[in-house]
Amino acid sequence: MKTMRLFLCLSLALLLNACAGPQLRGTGDLGLVIERASGHVTLVNTSVRQPYARIEGLGDLSHASAVYSRDGRYAFIFGRDGGLTKIDLLEAKIVKRVIQSGNAIGGSISQDGRIVVAQNYAPGGIKAFDAETLELLSEVPAEYAPGKFSKVVGLADVPGNKFAYALFEGGEIWVTDFSQPKQPTTQRYPAGKQPYDGLVTPDGRYFLAGLFGEDGVAMLDLWQPEKGARKILENYGRGEEKLPVFKMPHLRGWSVAQGKAYLPAIGRHEVLVVDVATWKEVGRIPVRGQPVFVMARPDGRQVWVNFAFPDNGKMDVIDTLAGKVVHAFEPGKGILHMEFAPRGENVWLSARDDNKVLIYNTMNFSKQGEIAADSPSGIFFTTRAARIGF
Amino acid sequence: MSSLSNKLVFALFLLSTAAMASEPTPARQKELVHLVRQDCGSCHGMTLQGGLGPALLPANLRDKPAEGLAATIYYGRPGTPMPPWQQFMSEAEAAWIVDKLMSEFPK
Repeated sequence: MKTMRLFLCLSLALLLNACAGPQLRGTGDLGLVIERASGHVTLVNTSVRQPYARIEGLGDLSHASAVYSRDGRYAFIFGRDGGLTKIDLLEAKIVKRVIQSGNAIGGSISQDGRIVVAQNYAPGGIKAFDAETLELLSEVPAEYAPGKFSKVVGLADVPGNKFAYALFEGGEIWVTDFSQPKQPTTQRYPAGKQPYDGLVTPDGRYFLAGLFGEDGVAMLDLWQPEKGARKILENYGRGEEKLPVFKMPHLRGWSVAQGKAYLPAIGRHEVLVVDVATWKEVGRIPVRGQPVFVMARPDGRQVWVNFAFPDNGKMDVIDTLAGKVVHAFEPGKGILHMEFAPRGENVWLSARDDNKVLIYNTMNFSKQGEIAADSPSGIFFTTRAARIGF
Repeated sequence: MSSLSNKLVFALFLLSTAAMASEPTPARQKELVHLVRQDCGSCHGMTLQGGLGPALLPANLRDKPAEGLAATIYYGRPGTPMPPWQQFMSEAEAAWIVDKLMSEFPK
């Protein structure tokens, strides 16, 4: 009788345990939306196109961005106030949070996924953290001349556990090698006046820094860095018109489609088309404002463009085969960012002033749904985990 | 017109508007606050603690003349990324923004 009771207890315990245990799932269809004004992130599922959790307490998230661990489970969120927060997407909670600087602008994760690097405006420089613990490993102050520090822009992970970035005041591209995380080494390359953002090509070979202080883009071939940075697209830029720029374009999230790169023309109502074999300009596509994000659908057939104030309620869609805008619409107020579903069947747009994320079908441009969010800005899906430069 | 004489005319204008003490309507104030926090905020930070552009908190602005700051908003600052905002606001509204920035900017 006694053994029977014990057996029953045991089997009950096993049963309960099985029921209470976590449901196994992958993270490939998950993502997050930054709610910039209130320090929240909303976690979303792109399969059902619904939010599934909301996390608070992330500080000042204006201009926040996120990168993912290579298993796609953890997001590292870089806040404007220097906060670096590690989030578990499965358990929907903050794992760790540190304040790493006074004023930050973004970050990146190393090729091997072990190092998270934050780029800072104040104090200017980059800092490397252990991706597991967020323990500080090392830092590289952006001291471009004795006692002079620069804001860091355009940080991108590149192969070899290196990071490339540009110095706004310093006018240089720096490449820091973290293969020994506590003893980083840095190479410096003169680039041009006031680089405002940067990007690395999807193959990790070229680092490009857009220049604000002069026309053109500085390009460093990371396969042959000894050749130094050279100027490309010298006619690109603000040109003679010098239109005032009400918001700096973002180069990260840029587009390569069909052997051509699509770049926001700074201070012009145009998207620049560049042949990536020669790095020569091969066309300009007129659009309805100053582009901020120019992003290709994953298959490269379409490029979606949003705009700086005061045209930030508009979206233009370029068909890369036709080479022109084929769809123009006004989805909402204050469209700040966009993110494509992993294979691009829909796109998610953050409409800051409507307090919504809007989801559109990219084939027929019909609206598929919306999600409430408080001043949404950046949208980041876990597919970024496996991409160089994201 | 040179930017110096621009500034002079603007300073005179400010003096005259100061005497009139014209405040934007409450609805317009709300729009201006939104503009500063969200759109100026893309460079200066939504909490105005600075970004690519300098911080705009009272402590940062204390030693700067209000007229010069208002002119910077209205005409922009050549040689820097600061654009002119004159197509979006009047000079009096630029002066009102400066006044609020120098005390405490509304949420």
